Amino acid sequence: MKLELFGHLVLTVCIFGSLFLFVAYAVYFERKVAAKMQNRVGPDRVGWYGLLQPFADILKLLLKEEIIATQATKLIHTLAPGISVIMAFITFAMIPIAQGFYIADINIGMLYMMAVTSIGVYGVTLAGWSSNSKYSLLGSMRASAQMISYELSMGLAVVGIILITQSMSVVSIVDSQTDNPFLWNIIKQPIGFLIFWIASFAEANRLPFDLPESEQELVGGFHTEYSSMRFALFFFAEYTHLIVASSILTTLYLGGYQIPYSSVWLAGANEWLVAGLQILMFILKMCLFVFLFMWVRWTLPRFKYNHLMELGWKYLLPLGLINVVVTAGWLLIYDKLF
Amino acid sequence: MIVDILFYITALVAIISGLLVITGKSPVTSALSLVLNFFCIAFIYLMLEAQFLAIIQVIVYAGAIMVLFLFVIMLLNLQDDMTLFERFDLKKGFAVLLTGLFLLEIAYIFSLDSVSVAPKGVTGASFPELGTVESIGKYLFSDFVYPFEMISVVLLSAVVGAVVIAKKKVD
Repeated sequence: MKLELFGHLVLTVCIFGSLFLFVAYAVYFERKVAAKMQNRVGPDRVGWYGLLQPFADILKLLLKEEIIATQATKLIHTLAPGISVIMAFITFAMIPIAQGFYIADINIGMLYMMAVTSIGVYGVTLAGWSSNSKYSLLGSMRASAQMISYELSMGLAVVGIILITQSMSVVSIVDSQTDNPFLWNIIKQPIGFLIFWIASFAEANRLPFDLPESEQELVGGFHTEYSSMRFALFFFAEYTHLIVASSILTTLYLGGYQIPYSSVWLAGANEWLVAGLQILMFILKMCLFVFLFMWVRWTLPRFKYNHLMELGWKYLLPLGLINVVVTAGWLLIYDKLF
Repeated sequence: MIVDILFYITALVAIISGLLVITGKSPVTSALSLVLNFFCIAFIYLMLEAQFLAIIQVIVYAGAIMVLFLFVIMLLNLQDDMTLFERFDLKKGFAVLLTGLFLLEIAYIFSLDSVSVAPKGVTGASFPELGTVESIGKYLFSDFVYPFEMISVVLLSAVVGAVVIAKKKVD
């Protein structure tokens, strides 16, 4: 029992530690991708191919002077970035990165994820309000309206998966997709996948839905009045969201850690080897989504605010409802027929 | 033992945050205290093995309703204890009356022998399957299907009402 607890603790530290590292390098990756698409070189000064750039950035931001606006509500202003980062991080606790490698598996895992994402809005909202500046306030208003709107479509997309899996536990959702790529949820739930993916852009505040921080109109949106490490925390939360959103997409729709046809060609292999390969597979799938997020960011222009709301409420939400009804109906008919 | 200590800490935080809701100077402080209060209650649900109720408490109340509350408070830009407490004499009287009645009710209920304490040894943990999504879903759609559907209709009419009111202003 004691040893089990210790092992679990080590696993938790390892998972969160590597998540931290991934987030740091997601920033580097983003800058490299952006540079490639704009025919530039990108960061290449610090370390080999600029690989130490994230640490240089963190060090720089840590050493900068922190400025808090005099009119700000101090306590909330201080707490808000923390809320953002923590809520982004703890979503990851539910995600299995290999067979048996997860921090927690509860029978309401999917609901937990939705709950944590919806609480994450507080960080942004409170940051904007407590700064006592009109740009920040406008940014945070947009953020909360946008996140609440897209959460609904996201939830409806997840309902489809829950109906198919007959369980809310994330681990059983991955298990049910098996190692046959044609049984992955992206094949069974293509519309749900599309809705979830689009909603993830809005949840992670990424372009084309990054209105909360649209630089041209709102300076920096909700984090206009933040400086030094607290600004860095928001930045960090944003990229954590990116990684977590990619991981959730992988887990729900791309079979998580499942290696295609592993039961055929990996049968009887060393279980640690299999676990290692599964982790690699998970990272590969996750990186694919991370790259897609970045690709879209540097390709599409920003939406207008009313278009964003229209897309959320008039197209994605009805589509999500139809998806739920069709999935439930199909399952019922399938049950009756076979 | 640990559960007891956790319960008392949570209960204390819940009561303090509940008091802060009504004594808080600025509306935002009140709203945030209410969020904290909801979290404490969700935690107590969790200790009673009612996981579904706990998570719904967080999603619906803390995650959706309170975000909208904050939204409205920020939009109206209410300043410290000004707009909210302008004319409260009549309201205050009603509030005292209702609270008094409610307290009396609680006192009466606890004075009854049958409901005062649960039988010894019976806790939420005795029925772990009751709090799951499956069992709540089963009950909602079998034994309690009529109340459930009725509440859905009430909620729907509230939504329609809100849309109608908002539309009048636009036209």
